[in-house]
Amino acid sequence: MSNNYSRRSFLKTAGSVAAVGALPVTMVELAFAKSSENFTFAYISDAHIQHMSGTRFVNNWDRGLIRAVAEANLMTPKPDFVMFGGDLAQLGSKPELDHGAGMLAKLTAPLHAVMGEHDYYLDLGEYWSKLFGPQYYSFDHKGVHFVVLNSILTTDEWTFKRWPTAEQRMLEMAGLDNPNGSPFMVGEKQREWLAKDLAKVSKDTPVVVFSHSPLQKIYKGWNFWTDDAEQVQALLAPFDKVNVVYGHVHQIQYNQIGNISFNSVMATAWPWPYPQSYAQAETHLPKLTIPMNRADPFFERDATGWQMIDVNTGRVALAYNLYNNKSRTVAFDPKLGHPVDKGLQTVALEPNRTHY
Amino acid sequence: MNRRHTSLWSVLVGAGLPAAIALAGPLGLPPVPVPASNPMTPEKIALGSTLFNDKRFSSTGEVSCATCHDATKAFTDSPRKTSEGIKQLTGTRNAPTVVNAAFFEKQFWDGRSADLEDQSQHPFVNPIEMGLPDHEPILKIARTDAAYIDMFRKAFAIEPSAITMEHVKMAIASFERTLVAGDSPFDKYYFGGDKTAMNEAAVRGFQVFLGDGRCVSCHTIEQDHALFTDNRFHNVGVGINRIQDKVPQIAPRFLEAKAKGLDVDKAVLSDPSSSELGRFAVTDGLDELGAFKTPTLRNVAVTAPFMHDGSLATLRDVVVHYNNGGVTNKGDKVNDFLSGGIRPLNLEEQQISDLVAFMEALTSPQHARPATTAGVQP
Repeated sequence: MSNNYSRRSFLKTAGSVAAVGALPVTMVELAFAKSSENFTFAYISDAHIQHMSGTRFVNNWDRGLIRAVAEANLMTPKPDFVMFGGDLAQLGSKPELDHGAGMLAKLTAPLHAVMGEHDYYLDLGEYWSKLFGPQYYSFDHKGVHFVVLNSILTTDEWTFKRWPTAEQRMLEMAGLDNPNGSPFMVGEKQREWLAKDLAKVSKDTPVVVFSHSPLQKIYKGWNFWTDDAEQVQALLAPFDKVNVVYGHVHQIQYNQIGNISFNSVMATAWPWPYPQSYAQAETHLPKLTIPMNRADPFFERDATGWQMIDVNTGRVALAYNLYNNKSRTVAFDPKLGHPVDKGLQTVALEPNRTHY
Repeated sequence: MNRRHTSLWSVLVGAGLPAAIALAGPLGLPPVPVPASNPMTPEKIALGSTLFNDKRFSSTGEVSCATCHDATKAFTDSPRKTSEGIKQLTGTRNAPTVVNAAFFEKQFWDGRSADLEDQSQHPFVNPIEMGLPDHEPILKIARTDAAYIDMFRKAFAIEPSAITMEHVKMAIASFERTLVAGDSPFDKYYFGGDKTAMNEAAVRGFQVFLGDGRCVSCHTIEQDHALFTDNRFHNVGVGINRIQDKVPQIAPRFLEAKAKGLDVDKAVLSDPSSSELGRFAVTDGLDELGAFKTPTLRNVAVTAPFMHDGSLATLRDVVVHYNNGGVTNKGDKVNDFLSGGIRPLNLEEQQISDLVAFMEALTSPQHARPATTAGVQP
């Protein structure tokens, strides 16, 4: 249950003279900006809307997204915008993207979207782009530079030459531990764009990067992985405060590599196990991460969720709204220099800074 | 052996005599949980029973606990949709039976009371229930009425001036802990091994209950007892469906008022919109928006109408609501906050009828009424 999260946030709100009628949100204080510029944004990800036939879609995935949207709309003060973190569809089809877009259209805050591999590999993002616009871009909001990357690309050979049909290409990329799969990458073209984009930004500006896959290497078999992560990290390294927020993994992860904080977001569809549960291959779950407890299969929504994010002092703090479970807040701790779970951190952990 | 215990139990309770506390429980029920701070005694139970039935504890002198929790109606006010307090004022919630309430981990439909003791104090001062301005009138009567002075002395060994609401609450809760009932045809069938105790429709319905109906997920059955509740709160699409389009206005407004000191107990019983926020009104938890406590199904066939707002008239209506995936009329909009476990069931007509027959087999003999004996062998 999300009571702890809600109660705590609510009490904060209740104690504030200015904020009345607030539904649970984290209160934001941007140390680098005027207090009137405080803001939060909501992050919803990995809905995996799945078409069956005709007008029928998998009910459980539908309900997860519908609920997250409705709850995000209840937030007061309203989030400045909502990020959708990719994998709106399951197999990239027009019916799936349309059905999901219809649900997202009910958001009352402006929407930004990240490309996921399940949205991409049927038509290489063509229809998704019609619905949601460019696949990589940046925008500035209240003193923060936000960057959206399409991190789920792979080699041209795999993408264009290997598969007889688009459908098969989609299915191959959707599989886990699939020897026919291929590692994700941001790619040279986007890295060049990113270098140019960041050249315009002063080094003390907080930077928040949204990608679908982790811009770090955790487990290759499930593409908890971006092959050119090091190159992307190198572009981000000169900035004082960098945050990478990613979906894809359907579980809570957080890490610190140099100046870059990494945080994952929840799926609204289903939870994945942590990669070390697959013992046949090497995995690198960040040592900082305190894993989630195992989902109770009775509760269809357990270990799914969405999050409110604030950019406190230029670092992100994620308040996870977890159903039928104890909610968690993972926030950057300036003293420790890395993200911590505010409720669960009981022992001092050193980030594994050598691993990307 | 169980049968003998049961009838002894029934006789004791039925005669209004203090029940022997150590009595073996009815078939199908676990031992009644009794808090260490409030051990049950015959004197306390007798006092609680008297308090429960005393109409002087209402502003008009016309309403007691028993008004809405009537022993002849399985401790409900069936067939009322929602309860009627003083001056014909009606609330927003259907009176839940007190029978087996002792087993709930939280009280009220939204669980806003932690136990029977706490629960018992609220209706006295709710403006649409018993309407007292505060609890002083109760204490005044308890401290001056000769019969009460004697009963409180016997129950708590205290002088009249020392009587407080704590004593009143403990006595009422102790009485309520005697209101337990098992021994239904289902109990005899399932726990007692009597395969003739339920009719064929109810036996088939039991399989639907466990299988396609998915009922047992929340209305739980254990190996040696069945409370038919998971003691949790679920949004099943009742009540909330009526206000779903207005939730973005109602929910923030409610929290705003609560932050300014709104009395949740009074608000949820008097304001239909606030009522439908369910457990959210108590916890502010987003995943409990529109959620209400899973009620026991014991004696459900004699406590119509159903659900927290009494909005469904028959057990068949209830099954159809669940079969539709959380909407009363097929095709209505499913609310955005629906609990994950509620989905269309695709039950066939026969299965729906059988499920109703099964629920009719959950009536304890002491609460059975002639019209609802479908589960009992002819």
